[in-house]
Amino acid sequence: MGKRIGMEVAIAAAEAVALCRIDMAAVYPITPQSHIAEHLSDIVHNGQIDAEFLTVESEHSAMSACVGASAAGARVYTATSSQGLILMHEILPIASAMRLPIVMGVCNRAVSGPLNIWNDHSDIMHVRECGWIQLFAENGQEVIDMTIQAFKMAEHPEVMLPALVNIDGFQLTHMIEPMEMPSQEEVDKFLPERKPFAYLHPDKPVSMGCFNMPDIFMETMKAKDMALRNSKKTIIKVWKDWAEIFGREYQPVETYKMKDAEVAIVTMGSMGETASVAVDEMRKAKMKVGLVKIKLWRPFPEEEFKAAVKGCKTIAIMDRAVSFGGVNGPVAAEIKSLFYHEQERPKIVDFIMGLGGRDVRVEDFISMAERAKKKKEDTFEFLGVRE
Amino acid sequence: MRGKKRELPGHPMDRLLRVDRIPHIWCSGCGIGTIFGGVLAAIQKLDIDLNKLAMVSGIGCTGRMAGYIKVDSFHTTHGRAIPFATGLKLARPDIKVIVASGDGDLFAIGGNHLIHAARRNIDMTVICVNNLNYGMTGGQQAPSTPLGFKTTTTPEGSPEEPFNFCYLAAACGAVYVARWTALHIRLLTNSIAEALQKKGFTFIEILCPCPSVFGRRNKMGNALETLKLYHDRSVIKNEIDPKEAGIDLFGEIVVGKFVDRERPTFIDYYRSIVCHETPEDNVIRIAR
Repeated sequence: MGKRIGMEVAIAAAEAVALCRIDMAAVYPITPQSHIAEHLSDIVHNGQIDAEFLTVESEHSAMSACVGASAAGARVYTATSSQGLILMHEILPIASAMRLPIVMGVCNRAVSGPLNIWNDHSDIMHVRECGWIQLFAENGQEVIDMTIQAFKMAEHPEVMLPALVNIDGFQLTHMIEPMEMPSQEEVDKFLPERKPFAYLHPDKPVSMGCFNMPDIFMETMKAKDMALRNSKKTIIKVWKDWAEIFGREYQPVETYKMKDAEVAIVTMGSMGETASVAVDEMRKAKMKVGLVKIKLWRPFPEEEFKAAVKGCKTIAIMDRAVSFGGVNGPVAAEIKSLFYHEQERPKIVDFIMGLGGRDVRVEDFISMAERAKKKKEDTFEFLGVRE
Repeated sequence: MRGKKRELPGHPMDRLLRVDRIPHIWCSGCGIGTIFGGVLAAIQKLDIDLNKLAMVSGIGCTGRMAGYIKVDSFHTTHGRAIPFATGLKLARPDIKVIVASGDGDLFAIGGNHLIHAARRNIDMTVICVNNLNYGMTGGQQAPSTPLGFKTTTTPEGSPEEPFNFCYLAAACGAVYVARWTALHIRLLTNSIAEALQKKGFTFIEILCPCPSVFGRRNKMGNALETLKLYHDRSVIKNEIDPKEAGIDLFGEIVVGKFVDRERPTFIDYYRSIVCHETPEDNVIRIAR
């Protein structure tokens, strides 16, 4: 059995990475990711794991170093936030196209400008099309679990894609929470050694990243998209394996009090906990409100989401990023397109909330559900903004 | 604490400060405030028209200078102060541009920009505050961290040799290169004033105590003890080859003005070769 601990979530994330016996980590410090980097360096320098810890000169170099090490067959990890993720952007599609199972912790923080270090999801929404598996953790326990699971998902021979875990900056990274830290034996049992399909080795030369002419580029893109779409099966299988060993169940879309719900609140990340308190409050007041939490953002779990909101009349979406000039927020865009072909489609109301660390309280979720219910049609609005 | 504003006696630098942004965020004992004071004193001394002055900074502790100075300023993204400043200078060649940033910002994530701006000899003054680590994010290893010194990402000591910033800037073509410490405030102020009056890429590195982060981890005591170390160890060697001007915290910390030379700036060449405004011979003559 794992050990019950009280620990800062960022530190716990680094401990989870150590349990996965990584070979190399390349990181560049950025708030609120720094504690992951620092604690990983402690772990490596204490000799707790046999790995290299690379202090690089920028995130661009961090991701490039990860690509290099992963291409040589190593198990690698990095973590970043906001501007760092955006600076890595150039390399992210390379990692997925080369089918390199790099794992990254993204400590979600608002993207500049103006400069802001607090939590929202604008960073991840900028890179959502990069071909990475993208998970959203709700609490410290999920950060530990998903970090370990991500290696297994990414390295699975039927997947071989990079994976990232979204960890809400400060709201998760800097919280001290009670969590269960798996033991090394359990993780070893769960996570086999990485067996790369092709890797750089002088004895068996391969070329990676070669030039694609127009006659083959589209096929390559389709293959990458299929690989990511097909990874959902493996992701679900990995979660089943996890539940068998650790007893904690994961699903691409989690629901809370959705049976008979007329309004569904949709969240991603740490806000799920606050929203579930709001749902409890509303249920006490006889409001038929439930909660849908998206845990798997890429590949998007289409059937699972539809099943989760089946019969529900109103969907109130919490979007924590702005798609400037777009029809609505990025999460709502995804969900609206899901229901386009449905005969009886629910009303989809999109709320932009909690940007750059703006507090979102239980009352805000209540007001969101009430407003959504009253709307006659699909709308899009910023909630709680001073005019 | 946003009550009624108390009437406080003015500061001699108020004309140059965004007083509404004070108190600043720098830790007690940090040398950036002193260095910032030096920058302001140099501006004051030269009596520069504040409408003809701009400050650009990157991200980090020193990056905050751009937010506190009351001239047109841009607090850019991490590492990009120099390219922002390059654009600014080319659009408005008539104004003086100061880039104020830290060692991590200018030489790690933004290292590429610095070497090219020096090569092109873009007319700007770069104030590089070197606190030997990434202070703002919690004291991680930077390209300035001395070999063997501890940081939060090198708990056993840094296994890398740091840059000699002055040597690098000089090799890339800077026309003015100097190094001081936060203790040499008068010499620093004069040096900044000198650099501001000079045409071309001018570079000043200033060693700065970081007692809360770097100092604490390396048992260097409080800020006063670091300043004492600067006092005891620094040796002024003007006009020495910057290659020989090392920073050895256990031996000699070489400070002084190492380079002061003339080279046509990017704008000189551009006006001559691209715009044909001045005869090419003219510029080439200066280059020789």
